[in-house]
Amino acid sequence: MVATHPLIDDVWAWLADVPDPEIPAISLVDLGIIRDVQWLDDTLEVTVTPTYSGCPATSIINFEIEAALRAKGIQNLSLKRQISPPWTTDWMSDAGRAKLEAYGIAPPQPAGGPAHCPRCQSKAVEKISQFGSTPCKAQWRCTDCLEPFDYFKCI
Amino acid sequence: MSVAGLIRMGDSTLVLGQRVSEWCGHAPALEEDIALANTALDLIGQTQLWLGLAGEREGQGQDADALAYRRDPWDFRNLLLVEQPNRDFGVTMMRQFLFDTWHLEVLRTLAQHPDAEISAIAQKSAKEVTYHRERSTDMVIALGDGTEESQQRMQSALVRLYPYVGEMFTIDPDDLIDMATLRPGFDAHLTATLDKATLTRPASEFAHQGGKTGARHSEHLGHILATMQSLPRSYPDAKW
Repeated sequence: MVATHPLIDDVWAWLADVPDPEIPAISLVDLGIIRDVQWLDDTLEVTVTPTYSGCPATSIINFEIEAALRAKGIQNLSLKRQISPPWTTDWMSDAGRAKLEAYGIAPPQPAGGPAHCPRCQSKAVEKISQFGSTPCKAQWRCTDCLEPFDYFKCI
Repeated sequence: MSVAGLIRMGDSTLVLGQRVSEWCGHAPALEEDIALANTALDLIGQTQLWLGLAGEREGQGQDADALAYRRDPWDFRNLLLVEQPNRDFGVTMMRQFLFDTWHLEVLRTLAQHPDAEISAIAQKSAKEVTYHRERSTDMVIALGDGTEESQQRMQSALVRLYPYVGEMFTIDPDDLIDMATLRPGFDAHLTATLDKATLTRPASEFAHQGGKTGARHSEHLGHILATMQSLPRSYPDAKW
């Protein structure tokens, strides 16, 4: 009996349905941390890059990837950690950026701060702290609507 | 050959990460508590990379956890600066500022290292440490150029910790790079920051030494390791 591998494009589509455990509005593919998917003989190898080196979500992310692919019938799976080149928010997809904004998190900007308040669109914003509820976010505040909000840091 | 240098990097990030995490739940404001915990988390994450690679290259079957939890104080090779106690928030931020300023210089240089694995860890860490240095610099300026009380506390924190700066730049063959070449970059950032913070650099360049060589740690290291290692030593290979 000849086993046929699922297509690589299908695997990417499955991974695009796996939500980030900390920010479930976006998927692991949106986040840009899935760097490669390939078949090595009968083993599916998925290359994952960590966002921040100490991010506690990293092990949960690996668990979620494994669970999602096992559910699709993948038997032999290998998860490869790759730290070089380091993850950058430039790898976040445009769809991911739009989903973040809709979720109330200002997406990363090269200028180093949010373009506008994700709630009222005002450009009158100020930084509260470089660090926020997860390693990848900072705390900002809108001085028009007065709401605090998360900003996804640019790295 | 690089094992000793990798252990030095990992031990400094580990001990400082553990120290900073002592603030969790105790910082003066929620934002500061979160910032300190995030910084500690980054440092512990970097430790896993440095000590992970050290263990791999040492080839004795020790992973990052084994190196962190099963060595005694005399086997640690961290800088003396990072094992110093937190004391007040001013001392904690001054220690962080001095470490971050050195750390970022080291990582930017190691990012160009011919050893690809060392360079990869440095590139990854430098991104995180850029945020650490930005924050601790802002904090030193805000507190130094703040109230009479905060200015006085930051100045005494500087006087207390400055004798631990010299060790970061001593030349030693076990370091991954020649640390002395980084001093001008460190001094430039230090001088600019202290000026804005209205703080005065101590005149004496006396330097306590013995942390990175392991010759003479301060009494504080044994205590912090006892806290950090008690669970894995009492319950080896515990899982939860």
